[in-house]
Amino acid sequence: MKDKSTYWSDISLTASSVYTGLRLTLSHLLKARKSRIPVAIKDPNYFALQEGISTIQYPHETIPVPDHGRYQLHNEIDDCIVCDKCAKICPVDCIDIVPIKSAEEIGKTSDGTPKRIYAAKFDIDMAKCCFCGLCTTVCPTECLTMTKKYDFSVFDIRDHNFVFGDMTEAQIKEKKENWEEHQRNKTAAATPPVVTATENNTESNEAPPAVPGAKPVFRPRVMKPAAPPTTETPKEEAKEITEKKEETASLTPPPATPSKPVFRPKIMKPVVPPPAVPDSKQEDKAEEKEATPPAPAPAVRPVFRPKIKPPGQNPPAES
Amino acid sequence: MSTLLFILPFLIVYSIVVIYAERKLSAFMQDRLGPMEVGPYGLLQTVADLLKLLQKEEIVPAKAELWLFKAAPLLIFVAVFAGFAVLPLSPSWSGSSISTGLFFLLAIVSMDVIGILMAGWSSNNKYSVLGAMRAAAQLISYEVPLGLSVLCVVIVTQTLDLQAICFQQGTHSHIPSYLLGIKALGQTNTWGGFFTWNVFRMPLLFFAWIIFFISSLAESNRTPFDLPEAEAEIVAGFQTEYSGFRWGIIMLAEYAMMLLVSLLGTILFFGGWNTPFPNMGSTLLLADWTTGPVWGIFWMILKAFLLVITQIWVRWSLPRLRVDQLMSLSWKYLTPISLILIILCGFWKLF
Repeated sequence: MKDKSTYWSDISLTASSVYTGLRLTLSHLLKARKSRIPVAIKDPNYFALQEGISTIQYPHETIPVPDHGRYQLHNEIDDCIVCDKCAKICPVDCIDIVPIKSAEEIGKTSDGTPKRIYAAKFDIDMAKCCFCGLCTTVCPTECLTMTKKYDFSVFDIRDHNFVFGDMTEAQIKEKKENWEEHQRNKTAAATPPVVTATENNTESNEAPPAVPGAKPVFRPRVMKPAAPPTTETPKEEAKEITEKKEETASLTPPPATPSKPVFRPKIMKPVVPPPAVPDSKQEDKAEEKEATPPAPAPAVRPVFRPKIKPPGQNPPAES
Repeated sequence: MSTLLFILPFLIVYSIVVIYAERKLSAFMQDRLGPMEVGPYGLLQTVADLLKLLQKEEIVPAKAELWLFKAAPLLIFVAVFAGFAVLPLSPSWSGSSISTGLFFLLAIVSMDVIGILMAGWSSNNKYSVLGAMRAAAQLISYEVPLGLSVLCVVIVTQTLDLQAICFQQGTHSHIPSYLLGIKALGQTNTWGGFFTWNVFRMPLLFFAWIIFFISSLAESNRTPFDLPEAEAEIVAGFQTEYSGFRWGIIMLAEYAMMLLVSLLGTILFFGGWNTPFPNMGSTLLLADWTTGPVWGIFWMILKAFLLVITQIWVRWSLPRLRVDQLMSLSWKYLTPISLILIILCGFWKLF
């Protein structure tokens, strides 16, 4: 008896479940006459839209994206001061910047920040971008923003590299030459006091352009005639430091410029090498300390210090 | 015999339309849109798919039994297509007029199993063999309730000729047909329309139709009985190794089978080529007006399409059965019920 009852109840269960299933699909089939309207997620009715076809035929219709959507990066190059902060903070190194310094201010951004560096290259590789938005956070002029544009798929992955620098090859060359010219002029302008000092110094001044990275080498030479012209060299030092200030403000050292201030930070190297170099370095420091009182550089110092600090701290540790 | 001239091209058009309809209906049931890109509303999607299928390379597995592998899809399709030979399309266009047409149809469609077994075994692939074994077991099992439910109709109509069965369900019949099979309710011969359809002449046949419909789903390997090609379990069953044109033929056979069982269901239970509109009195002769050679084809195809759509609807509503559930449904439920129905129909016919 019990078997018989399950037999018939199985049939009725099957019938009712088949009926339920068929009715469910039929109701969806009938509701499919209507399509959901693609509304933005901010729309109060967004979650009320439960019925009808939910397909959005993407290229033909899209869901409205919020205006503050954070998708493709955009750099307003006219407002960019090429500070390189974005490239530094980028966790995936997708921003590639090649700066060219300029001798004088080249313009102002829309918020009034003076621009001093040309962007020979400002590339953002969106294929690498992880959309973290850190670059937009650090951007001091807010020229680098994430836009609401999200559909930028390409057939060639190289097309994902977005170029924002608007300089032509000729312009880049010209600006580079300008800067080199400026550097030459500056070193030339820096020489006269040295020339008046001794002939030895003129020799040493010719040396730097020939061997740009040779500062530790060059220094000792200056030191050789140190006894008589000490009064002169500090001035030179001080001048260098003032130049340095300008450099540090812009933060980005131009590549392959023969200027001394540029490779100043590299003075860190002496930490490793033999004792001969630290010696000269310590002497350098001593000079600087001597030099600062007469030179108008006290304001310079704080800017310059943080940079030189690691090497400055290290020698004491050694001694 | 000349109905083949109509049926062969119709099958191609039908499969294109029905595949599109299936994709669209399934999409709508799932709140999707389905194909939309090729042609307006994706109408040409199936044509594009068909063209792609024809261009595809046909890959034969190295260890396959070459000739069996190549012949199997054709055998499957031939077995199904031969079934169409005996179908009447309209009062004056009756197909092959064999007096045992229904028997021939069921017999020739069973040949399908041989083609499926050939396909599965010659593929030399365990999924294909599993699929083929399932298909064979399933088809043989469901032949029984299918045959028994058809037998109910044969008991009522007293003939195996499909055209004769169609004639009985219309105004041309010489055999008296009573409303709901009860003599006291009056004769409906002059009314025609849906009153003379088998399901109205003999209400018990409605239950026979349900069994017939379930069995026909299994016969055409459609969900919820698509165990032979259960894609979640055995890749694609006996079709796994097929590609290109031969796979297309197998699919064509599947859809042709759907149409065949739907046409058969139409003929046996829903009046075949007869119009659904009855004659109203002596002036509004709707049945007579909507009966004719072209009307016959129209009603036939329309009813069959409704049944095919029902098959699609069922496919996208119900999940696949397990193998043991499949067998228990066939042997423990459908077969006994159809046996009981046969007895009841026989007794009904006596009185």
